[in-house]
Amino acid sequence: MSWEILIPLLVLLPLAGSILNAVFGRFLKGFAGILGTLFSFASFGAGVIAYLQYHPFENQVPQIVNFFPWLEVGGFKVDVAYQVDQLSLFMTLIITGIGSLIHLYSIGYMKGNPGIARFFSYLNLFLFAMLHLVLAENLVVLFFGWEGVGLCSYLLIGFDTHKENAANASIKAFITNRIADLAMIAGIALTYWLAGSVSFTKIAENLPQVKFFQQALPIVAICFFVGAMGKSAQFPFHVWLPDAMAGPTPVSALIHAATMVTAGLFLIARLNYIFVLVPQVGFWIVCIGTFTAFFAATIGVYQNDIKKVLAYSTVSQLGYMFVAMGAGAYVAGLFHLLTHAFFKALLFLGSGSVIHSLHDEQDLRRMGGLKSQMKITWWTFLLGTLAIAGAPPFSGFFSKDLILEKAYFFHPVFFAMGIVTAFLTTFYMFRLTLLAFTGKSRVAPSTHPHESPWTMTVPLVILALGAAFSGYLLVPESLGGGVDVLERYFAPVFAQGVSYSSKLKNASIAVHHLAPGEEIILALCSLGAIALGFGIYWVFFAKKEKLPQDESSYTGWRALPANKYYIDEFFQNVFIGPLSWVSEFLSEVVEKRWIDTVLVGAGKVSGGVASILRRIQTGTVVDYAFLIVLGTVLILSAFLWRGI
Amino acid sequence: MNPGVLKPMIAGIPVEYLLILACIVFSIGVAGVLFRRSAVVIFMCIELMLNSVNLVFVVFSKSLQQVQGEVAVFFVMAIAAAEAAIGLALVVAIHRKKKTSFVDEMNLMKW
Repeated sequence: MSWEILIPLLVLLPLAGSILNAVFGRFLKGFAGILGTLFSFASFGAGVIAYLQYHPFENQVPQIVNFFPWLEVGGFKVDVAYQVDQLSLFMTLIITGIGSLIHLYSIGYMKGNPGIARFFSYLNLFLFAMLHLVLAENLVVLFFGWEGVGLCSYLLIGFDTHKENAANASIKAFITNRIADLAMIAGIALTYWLAGSVSFTKIAENLPQVKFFQQALPIVAICFFVGAMGKSAQFPFHVWLPDAMAGPTPVSALIHAATMVTAGLFLIARLNYIFVLVPQVGFWIVCIGTFTAFFAATIGVYQNDIKKVLAYSTVSQLGYMFVAMGAGAYVAGLFHLLTHAFFKALLFLGSGSVIHSLHDEQDLRRMGGLKSQMKITWWTFLLGTLAIAGAPPFSGFFSKDLILEKAYFFHPVFFAMGIVTAFLTTFYMFRLTLLAFTGKSRVAPSTHPHESPWTMTVPLVILALGAAFSGYLLVPESLGGGVDVLERYFAPVFAQGVSYSSKLKNASIAVHHLAPGEEIILALCSLGAIALGFGIYWVFFAKKEKLPQDESSYTGWRALPANKYYIDEFFQNVFIGPLSWVSEFLSEVVEKRWIDTVLVGAGKVSGGVASILRRIQTGTVVDYAFLIVLGTVLILSAFLWRGI
Repeated sequence: MNPGVLKPMIAGIPVEYLLILACIVFSIGVAGVLFRRSAVVIFMCIELMLNSVNLVFVVFSKSLQQVQGEVAVFFVMAIAAAEAAIGLALVVAIHRKKKTSFVDEMNLMKW
């Protein structure tokens, strides 16, 4: 089939953009952003055509597009191949679509920045790596993309190389992810060892035949889950994500919404046939997801930095998605991934618009009253806030409700935690929005807020439309919908897992549906939580125009969430401190005193010998001739003495 | 070609005498190379050494009644001619640059 050429093309286009910007960037000046955006949109276009050609609603089997053979060592064979199916196309469209809007936005946001070509080169490279992650046909290519986005996040977070906190944050993100990647590599190695292949389709084929594999499955699943926790910033690997806010705002949007943090979810969805067989691991995923969602939301309540609030909100929303993944409700998780991609990108870009207009002011306490000056940003931001809070009829309402419903089926405790988290989400999101946009202006008198240029507002509007309407892809009957586009769309991808779980009786993550009455009660619960969250903020804080304190000035029990539960300090003292002490010892004592003494000593000895020997090199022909004669005489005498 | 029988005399001269002569000439050549300073004289001494070797070749060739030694002599002469041509050219070139042909003043490669 000829359309398959589109897949390598759509992967290579961002790479081409990246290389062009890297090589010719210095000559392009203002054109660099346009170039990067064009390549990104071209990739999106190729993705759309590929999507239309693939007919995802009819095709049951994934298409493998083999690009070129890569590694072949003994029985181990890896091709750079792409698996085109409903899941990878879904992710591709989100990544290139939202990624392109973020590119467009960046033209306005990064205007005048001397490093703009470098910036767009990194952004395009990010798309390239992320597309490999989601389109991979096997675990090794997936891992290539996995590490690629890790690298790009490092480059992008540390984009402002002169800022120390940005450099530190990029290193932190990189290292935290590497720690989790250790488990990921172990998972890949185990899978290859047990299933004899790294190709997703082959693993699925071999899975039922290998008895031992089924016993080892929990370990494999845990390994992959830990890897996913690192990328998707689940507790305790979440520490890198809020710090990553040190990067430019479009980067935050790209990492948070369209790409990197969804990699973990994608991995679980891709390996659903493994996870579906180990409900005990699923239980832990739900636990960690719920805890992360709640925990991050409590921190978000106390943050005053506009981007930090959104960062913790991302961690929290990812927790929701993991709840769905752990409960085996993969479609629900991916649904929330989609809606979240829209509204989180919208919120980040909106906050970027505010930051841009206030000349890099990020503290909520120095904003306020912006809604009259930035009309488009205000309305789109408000829409994003409503969507993330889960207010009907916007997208977040449907996707979050679906997850809560699955959590309820798993155990009501998880549902309750989810409801509390929804309450907190509403609270901190309205706190953010109202502090920034309404009330009296607390902007420094020297700055004059203004609406951003069209390159920034157009993406906002498009994303706002997505945030408003993407929820209608999956509307349960009880809420007046009966729309199951996404369910039907993803059915072939998850069919394998469902059939495995029904074959193996002890493992069952079946497709459950609640009675419509119950569904409505659950929906009302979450609506109540949202209303309460908004109400409390409105009555107790917004009305009184009360400004939050500094994060570090909270006392008592509130100091705990305000200081992020001292997780960073815990890591610092328990892991980093002792490790630095050991490395200090190794470098200062072992290296400098012991090893260097030996090596420098050896160098000095040979230097000394050489300084004697080089006296022979007089440069005078006669001396050399004499030495030659002397040598000849000696050798000849030796022969004569010994007899030839 | 059968190995010839060693003839102790060549044209009435004992082989030993000729070899001793070659040895003396060679030693003069070596001494000249080592102790003279002028590059041209050194070249002449090298020629002496080569010719003494040629003499040994010829002597053995005659006394063994085989022709290989004399063939080798032609090679040595040809190479000596080539070497002298290049060597003298170098000496002239160096002389142009340094205004000297004394070898102990040509110590550019010294450490």
